[in-house]
Amino acid sequence: MRRLLLAALIVGLAAAPVLADSDMPPAPLAYTQLPDARQEAQAQALMQTIRCLVCQGQSIADSDAELAGDMRAMVRARIAAGEKPEAIRAWLVRRYGAWVSYEPPLDRTTWLLWAAPVLFVLIGLLAARRSFRRRRG
Amino acid sequence: MKGQVKWLPLILFILLGAALTYGLAKPDNHNITSKMIGASAPSFALRPAVPGVPGLASADLANGKPHLVNIFASWCVPCVAEAPQLKAIADAGVPVVGIAVRDRPEALQRFLARNGNPFRAIGADDASQVQMAFGSSGVPESFVVDGKGMIRQQTIGPINPEDVPGVIAAVREAK
Amino acid sequence: MIAEAGLAALWLGAALCALQLIASIAAVRGDRDLAVIVRPVAVAQALLTLLAFGLLIWLFVRVDLSVLLVAQNDNSEKPLLYRFAATWGNHEGSMLMWVTILGVAGAGIALFERKLDPRTLIATLGGQATIGLGFYAFLLFASNPFARLPAPPPDGQGLNPLLQDPGLAFHPPTLYLGYVGLSVAFSFAIGALVTRDVGPAFAKAMRPWVLAAWIFLTIGITAGSYWAYYELGWGGWWFWDPVENASLMPWLAATALLHSVTVLATRDGLRAWTLMLAVVAFSMSMIGTFLVRSGILTSVHAFAVDPRRGVFLLALLFLYIGGALALFGLRVGTVREGAKFDLVSREAGLVANNLLLSVILGVVLFGTLYPLILETLGVKISIGPPYFNRAAGAPALLLVTLMAAGPLLRWRRDDARALLRRVAPAAVLAVAALVAVKLLAPSIGLLALLGLALAAGLALASLAPLWRRNLLRTPLFTWGMVIAHFGIAVSLAGMACDSSFTAEKLVAARVGETIAVGPYQVRFAGLEPAFESNWQALQATLEARRGGGDPLLLHPQARSYWAPPTDTSETAIHTAIDGQLYTVLGKPVGDGRWQLRLWWKPFVTLIWAGGFLVAIGGALALIGRLRRGRRRPPQEAWA
Repeated sequence: MRRLLLAALIVGLAAAPVLADSDMPPAPLAYTQLPDARQEAQAQALMQTIRCLVCQGQSIADSDAELAGDMRAMVRARIAAGEKPEAIRAWLVRRYGAWVSYEPPLDRTTWLLWAAPVLFVLIGLLAARRSFRRRRG
Repeated sequence: MKGQVKWLPLILFILLGAALTYGLAKPDNHNITSKMIGASAPSFALRPAVPGVPGLASADLANGKPHLVNIFASWCVPCVAEAPQLKAIADAGVPVVGIAVRDRPEALQRFLARNGNPFRAIGADDASQVQMAFGSSGVPESFVVDGKGMIRQQTIGPINPEDVPGVIAAVREAK
Repeated sequence: MIAEAGLAALWLGAALCALQLIASIAAVRGDRDLAVIVRPVAVAQALLTLLAFGLLIWLFVRVDLSVLLVAQNDNSEKPLLYRFAATWGNHEGSMLMWVTILGVAGAGIALFERKLDPRTLIATLGGQATIGLGFYAFLLFASNPFARLPAPPPDGQGLNPLLQDPGLAFHPPTLYLGYVGLSVAFSFAIGALVTRDVGPAFAKAMRPWVLAAWIFLTIGITAGSYWAYYELGWGGWWFWDPVENASLMPWLAATALLHSVTVLATRDGLRAWTLMLAVVAFSMSMIGTFLVRSGILTSVHAFAVDPRRGVFLLALLFLYIGGALALFGLRVGTVREGAKFDLVSREAGLVANNLLLSVILGVVLFGTLYPLILETLGVKISIGPPYFNRAAGAPALLLVTLMAAGPLLRWRRDDARALLRRVAPAAVLAVAALVAVKLLAPSIGLLALLGLALAAGLALASLAPLWRRNLLRTPLFTWGMVIAHFGIAVSLAGMACDSSFTAEKLVAARVGETIAVGPYQVRFAGLEPAFESNWQALQATLEARRGGGDPLLLHPQARSYWAPPTDTSETAIHTAIDGQLYTVLGKPVGDGRWQLRLWWKPFVTLIWAGGFLVAIGGALALIGRLRRGRRRPPQEAWA
């Protein structure tokens, strides 16, 4: 009886479409690592900075969504084939825009992001300078 | 902290408030549009997704005639809603081709039997690779591709009945 | 009946809040008669909101489906704890909790505050009432928790399964005690700006409140991070998600405020900074509340969105923050300048501390809102860990360096060379750690390497104030400072280890296979069903062996809830002394194989252990200050 239940459960969990997911199995490279540890590390580093297209603010490395799995499979396949991570990122950005990459591009619209910490320090120093007294002598 | 610095926090807050007000006022748009509009369709060759209907390759899209490329799947609920509109577009003489994402032949056959088959060709995209190459992020989405294989327009989500004439016109214009 | 009673209690509370405001304004202007009623009214108001909140909890526990909120968020099959927690697991209920804590904080000030000048105290209660009125209005007009449903459904929609977790049940109340506790500091600042009474007495009165709120925030954020780590199934513990940032920003401001108020209390310096930070801290709480509930930023954490509520909250933000900052601009010039100090002194160290914390706060705020700002130009970008880790991480590492030297500095005037001598042991340890780590782990990233080295140095430096002291006679608040700073070092070490030394294995395994991860051999022993009142699951049995010895059993699950229908994966974690074995069961991939995700995370628990040490340090400091305050008679406040 227990085995029957187990089988029913496996079928139920495996085949029931949840929301609008397909019932096809995920691409193999979505959930297995590349055999070469260095390549896998490269792929992992890239995946952490590519945004999942169908999620609410996650990288493809952290998402259970199907499309995220397919994107991971694509990244791993390309890295295994020798492509550079930046080229893969550029390919994705070409198709989806800068939004898909968590690494903000360095251009006219984003230089302020990197200048911000420095600017804040300067403003703060300005605000604080009157608290100090002059050194004697 | 004296002089004019004391007004800086208020000024910064007003700027912040302006940004937040804009955030509330702007219409909510969660769609990620493809940036491939205006570029050539990616090159691909997909095997047939159902027996009896040819597969799809990028060469087919650059044969001089404009096409409507519909990215769909049998498990996609809004695709059912879109089926009558696709049929109407196909009946108007527009070449409609499909890319089935992550689908099985049996499931697709059932879907086409139930909702009609407007597609001249359906390619099987098992791992969403071609979908990604188009810059599409979900199903259903439709792309108007001109005779030279250039992507001209994208519709995100199902084509509504009122959009049908517009889509037909867009395809006809895309020589 | 009960729902209507709750609503009536809320209306009464709002009315009393209005009375509190009017009376306090009159009292500050000189009306003696009204001055007498301000405190009792504050207490009565708190009792009424507690009643309303208690009634809402009762409705949820009994699953009264005639109330709309209960029908949307509750379910009779849920265990008791989660019916209880569902009260605040939604927008309206959590807003009611916000207002309740606001009222209770006001009552606390009214009942326990003895040291403050009476006029300033009443002005502070007036500030609390001002804040309260806006949020009462928001509750009553835009977020009524007691709204009825004309046709009760057979059962409720249930609470999001991700929230059905003991840790997460108490995460919102802890955080809210922190956010709303900061309102007390805000009100104190308003009160002080109105009566121009800013001095050591004022700071000593405000300090326990800031400490208490800060302790709760620290616990709330640490617990939230640990919850995300074990619940979401990918081993991450901080994502720079907008809602997470919304909780971090008040904490950063509160930490700066905490240090600043000590300078004001002991040296009568940093008056304007303290006032500013008190306003900023609660402003960050309010901005955070707005960000989470308005829907303008995409986040996995966001509450259900209603733009009308967003507008209301935004109006409150303009009113309160704009008003407070305008008051600051108008009045801070008339606050007498505090004592000045040398460039090399503890005060200067604390100014640098404030400065760096403000920079980090600015970076987090700016980075969180930047995508929104760019959308005005039609550009869509995403900002996440690559930006924040670097832009906030760099000032943070600088701050950690400063933290090592700060407690070793003398007040008012110190000698740079003497300081260097005191800091030398910690510096030497940091350099030694740097070299050792680089030799043992050559491929480590720069941020992580610096993090580990600085953590070692800070750990030693934070213990330095205890050097050559009679430990039994060292004041509790000194112990508090030592433990809190030590906790930061511990947490930093954990973060660096996690980012550099985690070993990951993702496989598609059949039952019977063995996978090696870190020092463990993990055998996929079996798969069986599991049930509970509102879910069913497939549970894997994993046998983990390390060296010889008996295997540990781990049971990760793939779970399906039905109200609302959701699939989750429940991780199974084993905690050893030197790290955690983190296991997740994924989906089946065909031909009898299953996705398994296994991680070995050395020393990852240090991250949260450090966070709790920080909170413990804060608690010791609070207790120490309260005991010291009770031993000495209350002093006259001076303006």
